[in-house]
Amino acid sequence: MPDALALTWRQYRLERRMFWRNPSAAFFNFVLPLLFLAAGGVILSGNQHDLNKLVPSIAGMSVMSTTFTALAYNIVFLRERGVLKRIRGTPLPTISYFGGVAANAVTNTALQIAIIVLAGRTVFGIGWPLHWAELIVFVLVGVVSLAALGVAFAHVIPNFESTAAYVNAVFLPVVFVSFFVFDDSSGAPGFVRTIAEALPLKPLIDGLSAAMVTGSGLSNHLDALVVIALWGVFGLYFAVRGFSWEGSRA
Amino acid sequence: MTETAPAIEVSALSKRYGDYEAVRGIDITVRSGEVFGLLGPNGAGKTTTVEILEGYRKRTSGEVSVLGHDPASRSIELRRRIGIVLQSGGIYSHITPREALTHWASFYPHPRKVDEVLELAGLQEKADERSRKLSGGQLRRLDFALALVGDPELIFLDEPTTGFDPEARRAAWETVRSLRALGKTILLTTHYLEEAQALADRVAIVKDGRVLAIGPPRELGVGADGDEGRVGGLRYKVAYRDSAGELIERETDDPTALLHELTGEALAHGQRLEDLSVGRPTLEDVYLELTGASSGDRDA
Repeated sequence: MPDALALTWRQYRLERRMFWRNPSAAFFNFVLPLLFLAAGGVILSGNQHDLNKLVPSIAGMSVMSTTFTALAYNIVFLRERGVLKRIRGTPLPTISYFGGVAANAVTNTALQIAIIVLAGRTVFGIGWPLHWAELIVFVLVGVVSLAALGVAFAHVIPNFESTAAYVNAVFLPVVFVSFFVFDDSSGAPGFVRTIAEALPLKPLIDGLSAAMVTGSGLSNHLDALVVIALWGVFGLYFAVRGFSWEGSRA
Repeated sequence: MTETAPAIEVSALSKRYGDYEAVRGIDITVRSGEVFGLLGPNGAGKTTTVEILEGYRKRTSGEVSVLGHDPASRSIELRRRIGIVLQSGGIYSHITPREALTHWASFYPHPRKVDEVLELAGLQEKADERSRKLSGGQLRRLDFALALVGDPELIFLDEPTTGFDPEARRAAWETVRSLRALGKTILLTTHYLEEAQALADRVAIVKDGRVLAIGPPRELGVGADGDEGRVGGLRYKVAYRDSAGELIERETDDPTALLHELTGEALAHGQRLEDLSVGRPTLEDVYLELTGASSGDRDA
């Protein structure tokens, strides 16, 4: 007898298989952040201070691209193609479906973070993360929040053709602002700093930086964790509340 | 035949979207084991009705029972016993029919064998092809296969052959007939008269959210007052050639009396009534009378 847990596992395996078969998804999830890392590494080569900022920033961006971006794309595509509606008509429990989808995103994030940690150790001279537990906490809270925000954001996107425009209109400014005001030496205007601190990515990068580079403990970054978590609550509320199983063309 | 509980019972069903009333008091009963057709022009409320029965939409008012469940409760128990072919349902681009069917089969307690369903849908050749490489007709057959793999008792087919060429349509009809032969109950919506005529044991003609007539397609239209399928304004057609060879057509409510009159007169004059025929109104006559559509609008 199929039960919800076994079906979650099956859905997860299907999502993994579909992910690897889609070259553009695999590219955006893995190759693009690594290209950023490589390009940044070349430009900043020899400047350890800047490399120390680059690696956690790319790690934060990766969490966002594997969850927020990937889920917004996926949900809109499956909704507009009618796949969600078809699944809704089967006995597959809703929890199993979303469990599989979420576990797929978490796997991508974990792989991505592992690659970046490895690159930090071997190429960028920042060593192993100093606080593994802190790294895991920030990645987990970041994944949950940004995944929920991605699903919620999918509700705003009217059709698949405009997904790239909508997603990049959020993703690029958030990444830019968060990278730009990475530390006090950047000389960014105060209001930009305020905005960056209020968005989820900058606090996530701060936390990852503490775990991976500076070794500053979790207790020093609880405020950052709270900001990310609040975004998560906001995201979850709208992800569940506004969820639409059907495309606009009905 | 033993009396079994109806598969679907709908009474006084209505559905309102804001100011617009898509369904305005529909009553239908679908018997277990029959193919029931909902026939009507686009915008008649067919899909809204079916999607309420499938559990996709909530009704505004009325009573609905599907296999003894209220579909609005969206119980998994009910969804294990129904199969749905949507008007337009998509599938992952990179999945093969075999993988999709294997995955779908895992949702159900007693699924059919994947190979058997591939064969039934005529997809053996394409079983391991990515879905994005399948033709529109092959994808439609995959829709059928995915709806059948759970071995459901009740199958919803929403405009199942729209866009099919005649050959593909015949093949789909054969599939529906074979499902009926297995004892499945089928609720079919269509705007093709031939399809309703060919497949349905009974049809309901729907327009503007109301049922205008219900009955077996060949019996719809004429009958005594109060008969299930009676439609006012429709009459038998009696045709013959007069002594000059001209084809005469007359309409009547009482063909017995008219034939008696005509044949009596002809015999008295020693004439023959060449090409004498009595015709019932066809499903098309009934449909056109009720929906007021010209045949050009019908497939629009």
